[in-house]
Order: sequence, then C-alpha cells, then structure tokens
Amino acid sequence: MIWDSEFALSILPDLLQGLWVTVQITLAGTVIAMILGLVVAVIRFSRLPVVSQLFNFYVQFVRGTPLLIQAYCAFFILPNYGLSFSPMATGIVVIGINYSAYTAEVYRSGIHDVPPGQWEAAKALNLPIGATWTRIILPQAVRSVIPLLGNYLIQMFKDSAVLSAITVFELLAHAQAIGSNNFRYLEPLTIAGLLFLLVSYPASQMVRRLERRLAPAH
Amino acid sequence: MPPHIDTESAPVPESTPAAAREVMISFDDVSKRWGDNEVLRSLNFDVKSGEKVSIIGPSGSGKTTILRILMTLETPDTGLVTVNGETLWDVKPGSRPKETKQMRATRRHVGMVFQQFNLFPHMTALENVLEAPTRVLKLDKEEARQRSVELLEMVGLSKHLDHKPPKLSGGQQQRVAIARALAMRPKVLLFDEPTSALDPELIGEVLNVIRELAVSTDMTMLMVTHEMRFAEEISDRVVMFDHGSVVEQGPPGEIFKAPKEDRTKSFLHAVLSH
Repeated sequence: MIWDSEFALSILPDLLQGLWVTVQITLAGTVIAMILGLVVAVIRFSRLPVVSQLFNFYVQFVRGTPLLIQAYCAFFILPNYGLSFSPMATGIVVIGINYSAYTAEVYRSGIHDVPPGQWEAAKALNLPIGATWTRIILPQAVRSVIPLLGNYLIQMFKDSAVLSAITVFELLAHAQAIGSNNFRYLEPLTIAGLLFLLVSYPASQMVRRLERRLAPAH
Repeated sequence: MPPHIDTESAPVPESTPAAAREVMISFDDVSKRWGDNEVLRSLNFDVKSGEKVSIIGPSGSGKTTILRILMTLETPDTGLVTVNGETLWDVKPGSRPKETKQMRATRRHVGMVFQQFNLFPHMTALENVLEAPTRVLKLDKEEARQRSVELLEMVGLSKHLDHKPPKLSGGQQQRVAIARALAMRPKVLLFDEPTSALDPELIGEVLNVIRELAVSTDMTMLMVTHEMRFAEEISDRVVMFDHGSVVEQGPPGEIFKAPKEDRTKSFLHAVLSH
C-alpha cells in the first residue's frame, strides 16, 4: 500500500473535526477530574470516620478497573436503570471520574507536602478550617502539583480515544470510519496519530517548562 | 521611638504591682507524656495579666509544650488550662478531648510567634498580616489594611509590604510574623524560641521589636528562649524548667544572680559560659 497524499488531504477536514471533539472531551473531563479530585483529596485528608474510608475505596476502585470497562458499564448498563445520556456526555463523565481518582492522589501528595507549620500558623490565627484550606493549604498544595496535573491532562487527551468504543465520535472514531468506508486505513490512522502527537508533544513541553518555573516554590 | 502599639486594653499604670493583677493564664495539674517521656508532670503554673514571663531550661524539658498547649497545637493528657478566666482545656484522665466552640473562643485571646516564622509563603508581608483580621475578626477591609500597614511600619518593614517571605531575610520574616500575631489583638502573646532559627546578626532586630512590645504594652507575654541576657532584661519573672516541672522561678535578678537550685546553677553555668 502506498501513501496517497490526495486522499490524505481530502480526509483531513473530517479528522480535524474529530480532533476538536477529542479536545472538547479532554477539556470538559479535565474540569470534572480537577474539581472532583480536589474534593476527594480534601475529604480523605480530613479523616472523617466513615466518609474518608468510603472515598479511599472510591479511589482504589476507580484506579483498579480499566477505563474501557467503566465506559461500557456507563454506556450499556446504566440505561437499563433509566439513566441514559448521549455518548459524548457519558464519555466525558466517565473519563472525568476515572481521572479524578488519579488527580485525587496528586492533590494528596501536594497537601501532604505543605509543612505542618502552615497548619499551626493558621490555627494560631484562629482561622476557621474552611479558610485554612482555601486560603492557606490548597494554594500551596495545588501550585506544587500543577505540572503533575498537566501530565495527567495530556494522558487523558490520549486516553479519550478509548471512548470511541462507546460510539463517541472523536478523532479515532473518525479515522476508523474513514478507513472502513474507503478500505484504506493507512492515511486516516497515520494522520490521527500525528494529530494526537501534534497536540500532546507541545503540551508536554509546556508542562516541562512549568515544572522548572514552579520548582523553587518556597 | 516606634508608634504606640494598639492592643485591646489601655496600658497598665506603672503603679499597679504585678501581684495585684488578675490571673491571665492558669495551668492546673496539667500532665502530658510522649511514650515514656513525661513532658509535663502535674504542672501548676499561673501567669498574671500583663506579666512578661520567660521560660528557660534545657532542650526537651517541656518548655515549648507549655506554649503549644496554650495555642491548642497539642493536647494535654489531663488537667485544666484557662486563659482570661475562660476554659481552654478541661481534660479528664483517659478522655480524648476534641476541638470545641469554647476552645476556639478562648483561643482568640492567644497569639503565637514560632521559631520557624511559619509565614504563608504565597502571600505578601501585608497579606500575611491582613488575612486573619479580615476573615476572623471581620474587620472592615480598609480599616484592617490601615492597621496592618501600621503594624508592619511598627516592626520596621514599611518598605517590604509587597514582598513575599522568600524575598525577606529571617529577621524580617520573624518581624512580619510578630505583626501578623499582633493584628489579632491577642491578650496573650507566646514566643517559641523566636530567634533560634536566625543568623546571629539578625537576632538583634527581632529582640528590639519584642523589647518594645514588652515595655510599651500590657499584653501578657510568655517566652521560651535561649537568649539569657534578653530574658533577664525584659522579664518580670523567669521560670527554670526541667524534666516536665518548674525547678525554680522568681525575678530575673534572683534567678540569674543568685539561683537556689543546683540544676539552675549548672544550666546557667553551661549556657552563659560559652
């Protein structure tokens, strides 16, 4: 099979449309993962008797099962219980929840690295626990883990291809469709791969630069 | 002469002898142990309102624990601790006390200056001072800002309002920390070895600020320190502490010039001879 540039060029707009969907999934999934992960991390850290245990299990469960199974469950099983959403919405929520388990761990390490003296100073000023978290602890904890969070964001961008399995029409699904319609997989899959790389490579360079800039945090 | 330091109550007239004032801090039969180490043994210890007390003694003798219990950073195993006549700790043997509303209310009277400063590194000097008054005392923004600027001027940092802690020297950081504690208008200010983490040439600037507070305010001050000459100069009373209990206490002239206990003598000999 020889590379057909004309064919490649003709399918590019279609693939770019797929890329746009992938980017949208990643951005929406990131918002869910960043916020949910933060909530989970703070609750786990607060050592509330039963609740913290529950969230420990949540993190272990989500991290211990494949993303594809989680996506299948949400897509094929939940509708049986009357919970039916578009593939796109389902995909975003599934990948957001999946990554929240990882971001929760990242936040946890960031929270853990805030020196005990910061908690003590907050207490000595009689700051309420809520303000201690939002004003003192989290700004420091999150700042130090931004590069790590960035890496997970890039990973999520690539992992979103899994959602093609539940008919989310993102980049890989577009490539597959073009391939099966034209009986030519070389160009669509190659271009899809290159498009993933085109976004993820500069993104990881940016994360690396952030890492260097944030390194001397204290 | 720095401007007058504004604390909640008016300065106490010179004529009021310390003995006639009311009790501000009271430890009643307070014990604390870490495993086999008895950090406090049935401590009974009072500090009067406005009194400046220095606690001296060897490292690991439990001095800092007294301050940390007053700041509720540590929990006594048993005993009663009151501040300003209000209960801070009331711990029966075997019980595990939790943070209560009462404790938070009483804690408001107490402020603390830490050995490691513990400034918030992501905030400027001014924001460090401003944070608690606006959030906890709910002061008006402009008024709180005004006061915070004044406090930072008082500790000699008017040029560093917008600098973050990593840009400040240790001495400057500690002075910001003092201003931050003062901003909450505490009745009691605790100093936990405030100069121990400082380079020698920066100790003086911090001691000057503390000295100024000692002479010009009626705040109750309780200080753990290794600066013996400073303790002698500013304290109304010096407490020699070892192995979880008070060895002896009295006016600085007595403790430093004519200690009665052998343990005090040997400790002073060791720290003053180098």
